[in-house]
Amino acid sequence: MHKLRLIARLDVKNEFVIKGIHLEGLRKIGNPNVLAKKYYDEGIDEIVFMDAVASLYGRNNLFNIIEQACKEVFVPIAIGGGIRSLHDIELALKSGADKIVLNTQAVKTPQIISDASRVYGSQCIVASIEAKSKGINKWEAYVDNGREETGLDVIEWVKKLEDLGVGEIMVTSIDQEGTKKGFDLDLIDQVSNMVSVPVIASGGAGKINHIVELKKKTTASAVALASLIHYNIHSIPEIKESVIAQDIHMRL
Amino acid sequence: MIKVAVLDYGIGNVRSITNALTSIGAEPILTSDNELILSADALILPGVGAFAKGMQNLKDRNLVGLIHQFVDSGKPFLGICLGMQMLLEESEEFGFNKGLGLIKGKVVKLPLKLGNEEKLPHVSWNEISPPSHGRWNNTLLESTAISSDVYFIHSYVALPNDQSEVLSHTFYGDGYFCSAVQKDNITGFQFHPEKSGALGLNMLSEFIESTRKINYESN
Repeated sequence: MHKLRLIARLDVKNEFVIKGIHLEGLRKIGNPNVLAKKYYDEGIDEIVFMDAVASLYGRNNLFNIIEQACKEVFVPIAIGGGIRSLHDIELALKSGADKIVLNTQAVKTPQIISDASRVYGSQCIVASIEAKSKGINKWEAYVDNGREETGLDVIEWVKKLEDLGVGEIMVTSIDQEGTKKGFDLDLIDQVSNMVSVPVIASGGAGKINHIVELKKKTTASAVALASLIHYNIHSIPEIKESVIAQDIHMRL
Repeated sequence: MIKVAVLDYGIGNVRSITNALTSIGAEPILTSDNELILSADALILPGVGAFAKGMQNLKDRNLVGLIHQFVDSGKPFLGICLGMQMLLEESEEFGFNKGLGLIKGKVVKLPLKLGNEEKLPHVSWNEISPPSHGRWNNTLLESTAISSDVYFIHSYVALPNDQSEVLSHTFYGDGYFCSAVQKDNITGFQFHPEKSGALGLNMLSEFIESTRKINYESN
């Protein structure tokens, strides 16, 4: 059966996990490796590390963090932010990442998705989309942590990404991100109906009921959590037990 | 310390497997060297990605015969994910490709009808249980609870000819697929034990433990 995956999203800047609102206004949360180990011990299903500034400076500083994390965290680990070439992907996989998250470079040169899927397998290529609402049922894709518009319509872009061979799609609502007001349900619903690959919903989870709501109204395969766990609003076992109590399948 | 050769044939992330082995007190050796492999206590064939590329890389490094030689020695051998699929005779992924032929049968795209919320690739934690005829005594799943959750990431599945070689099966869509195989000293996991938390590490510990049983018997 399908089980909803809970993913801890750790946005990293200068060796600290940070958290903002609408992907901006950053606040330090803690050490990435300490947090990753803590969430693993509590039963998280997966961890994604995103370099919050790499795409601005054109480098990725997460490889050391990943090397350490995969010595003590035995669930899937994904890395994103500033990955620009097949060479970067190779380095990330060698440092121990299971999945590579691409956004800016996929917009600049979509062929990197098809090349990377062919060489490393589509299972390790995750496309990240930062979506901003542009009216009813219309969203535009952004890059560089919601700073740069691309002119791409989100629904058309996800279809293209699937055709290029991406293995999963993570969709972050810039409007909801960091607000703790819940996911953009229309966005997630439309994206997950458009593609047959798994969709990860990100941005907005502030209480457990937001996850239940998401699962009842969309076919998202996974949720990325940040505020909800970083601010110790709930522990991971608490979240899982409450969601399972609502008849939603999840790994305990 | 138990030496476990992890086959290095230029495919996927193998660091998580060597880290997992280190964490349970084994000595992983990432290698494609004949002597190192044959002198190891156990062998793991890891792998993610496409079947054809996996087999091609094994052939390019002259590892196919070596794997058969290792299996014939009777020492424990474990294939993970693509490493399990390559145990079979052939795959239909991107055309027809021959596998190692250690398990009779073939690899096909997941042949189950999926519900609205069930996507392909199957990227999910999901439950493993023994098929109706099967038991887990004296296998790597001996101490694993039935219906335990493990981590899957795949689109293709193995269809062994001999049902007695199906070690576990998993429900997805409208039916079960084969999620682990076992025949003599050969075990294959479609899921990733190295990514399945403490439970997966425990399966790898059973794999290490199985080398001691062999050593004991041969002494």
